[in-house]
Amino acid sequence: MSRPPRRRQRVPLALLLPAGLGLLFLVLPLAGLLVRAPWTTLPRRLAQPGVLTALRLSLETATAATLLCVALGVPLAWLLARVEFPGRRLVRALVTVPLVLPPVVGGVALLLVFGRRGLLGSWLDATFGVSLPFTTAGVVLAEAFVAMPFLVIAVEGALRGADPRYEEAAATLGAGRWTTFTRVTLPLVAPGVAAGAVLCWARALGEFGATITFAGNYPGRTQTMPLAVYLALETDVQAAIVLSLILLTVSVAILAGLRDRWVGVT
Amino acid sequence: MTAPPLLDAHLVADRSAFHLDVRLTIGAGEVVALLGPNGAGKTTALRALAGLHPLTAGHLTLGGVDLDRPDRRVWTPPERRPAGVVFQDYLLFPHLSALDNVAFGPRRRGADRRAARARAQGWLDRVGLGGQARHKPRQLSGGQAQRVALARALAVEPTLLLLDEPLAALDARTRLDTRAELQRHLGAHPGATLLVTHDPLDALVLADRLVIVEQGRVVQEGDAATVTARPRTDYVARLVGLNLHRGHADGHAVTVGGLTLTTADTVRGEAFVAFPPAAVALHPARPDGSPRNVWPATVTGVQRHGDNLRVQLSGPVDVAADVTPAAAAHLGLRPGQPVWAAVKAAETRAYPA
Repeated sequence: MSRPPRRRQRVPLALLLPAGLGLLFLVLPLAGLLVRAPWTTLPRRLAQPGVLTALRLSLETATAATLLCVALGVPLAWLLARVEFPGRRLVRALVTVPLVLPPVVGGVALLLVFGRRGLLGSWLDATFGVSLPFTTAGVVLAEAFVAMPFLVIAVEGALRGADPRYEEAAATLGAGRWTTFTRVTLPLVAPGVAAGAVLCWARALGEFGATITFAGNYPGRTQTMPLAVYLALETDVQAAIVLSLILLTVSVAILAGLRDRWVGVT
Repeated sequence: MTAPPLLDAHLVADRSAFHLDVRLTIGAGEVVALLGPNGAGKTTALRALAGLHPLTAGHLTLGGVDLDRPDRRVWTPPERRPAGVVFQDYLLFPHLSALDNVAFGPRRRGADRRAARARAQGWLDRVGLGGQARHKPRQLSGGQAQRVALARALAVEPTLLLLDEPLAALDARTRLDTRAELQRHLGAHPGATLLVTHDPLDALVLADRLVIVEQGRVVQEGDAATVTARPRTDYVARLVGLNLHRGHADGHAVTVGGLTLTTADTVRGEAFVAFPPAAVALHPARPDGSPRNVWPATVTGVQRHGDNLRVQLSGPVDVAADVTPAAAAHLGLRPGQPVWAAVKAAETRAYPA
């Protein structure tokens, strides 16, 4: 790789100014959290049992939701990228609907389908005795619903960027479509899948609206960190700040770690 | 040849506005070059043979088995064809080592991991890359990648080996070495081999027989000697460096445009007449004496051509003439200048069209 000779480039003020403002806009609220944090009582507050429970539930449900999104979203992205079928544009638009839908509306919609009297929920309840709303599985479902578009969009983009002729080469070597997908296509788009999964996980971790609507707010079962923060705000602002700081620290640490490992080097 | 050819194909395929209609037979151990200009349909023909492009009509029979026959609704997907392909830019899987690239085919065709790797190592040794087995494709040079691609295609022991411009991506020096080595491997391949190329040198060196396609059709086929001596289209004539004209022959005279050329060969009816540019002599004035084929012409262009100059002439027939720099200086050649062109009958070749 040749690199152009390094020289000090003049950055136009017209770009530098809004870029700086944008950065400030993103960082200032975080700084506010740090400034107002009750540092002296922090250790005691961290040790409170509810905090760790909510944190663990958040991490577990976000990870489970990401796995669900990968399992369903990668094949969906492949379908959108590789197979010509009527109504593909419509399907692509539908996939991105959760991005624009207010999460609370998403939660209501999930209730209408998976609720005990919902379209699928009543059948699930009658046949298997399974009820999803207000359970930990419901949290995973709500998070996956909101986070899936991030994964599908990232993976579809990666698939469109991957040269389909590698798949032809695999076919001439005797690989069927499934083998080609697992042995050639998937490794080729692995960085895209990883990037999509990280985005998906981050979105799931911060999910609030659909979760509280569909799964409620039961400590230990459905109360994830964002819900705990919301609840704490009503009673004890200091506690809310602590919870937010924890969520922030953990997610930034994990995202930074993953980014260096998967997304940075492509 | 009395035995039926290993590959017997009549490839009819359509790609948007392009129509391909090519008949092709290749015997066991035979190397056929499909030669033609860009856009002639060479790659479409190769893709049809590999199963990457469906036939709309015709048939594709390999070793007596129909692989593609639209009229009988027979279609074999690429992964079940006994064919190996070397793609133009190789398409080595970037995430796999050279060894695993070569082992990919044997593995998919039923060998277990260890057997596939052993076979792949054998093929890498054979192409002289045994030491690079663990290298990823991006760590290989162009020539090495080409040889890995060849090993990968041969490792499935294909009945039909297909090569799409196998040397086009290499620089001149590497191409020379790789061509010699490719010739060795193709010679050892017991199945049928089809080489798609637009480089006449590749075709002449590597192939036993040439099939020339233009605009989706075969315009000429035969061994190298026949094709180079008796081109039948302008494209082939340019490839082999001959002036080619089509006219009406009557014994030793062929009438081309408004000009009658006397030839050594005897032909009657529609005929081609061909002669090398070096056989065309230029004179400032009408020459006296022996040459009978003399006509006035106008210089339209002068280019370097090896040690000589190639002069493009327009006149009753458009021809190219090769002259030495000294002769060019003597004539003071420049575009627009009138000259007299002369060709000796003994240096022309005439054959039926």
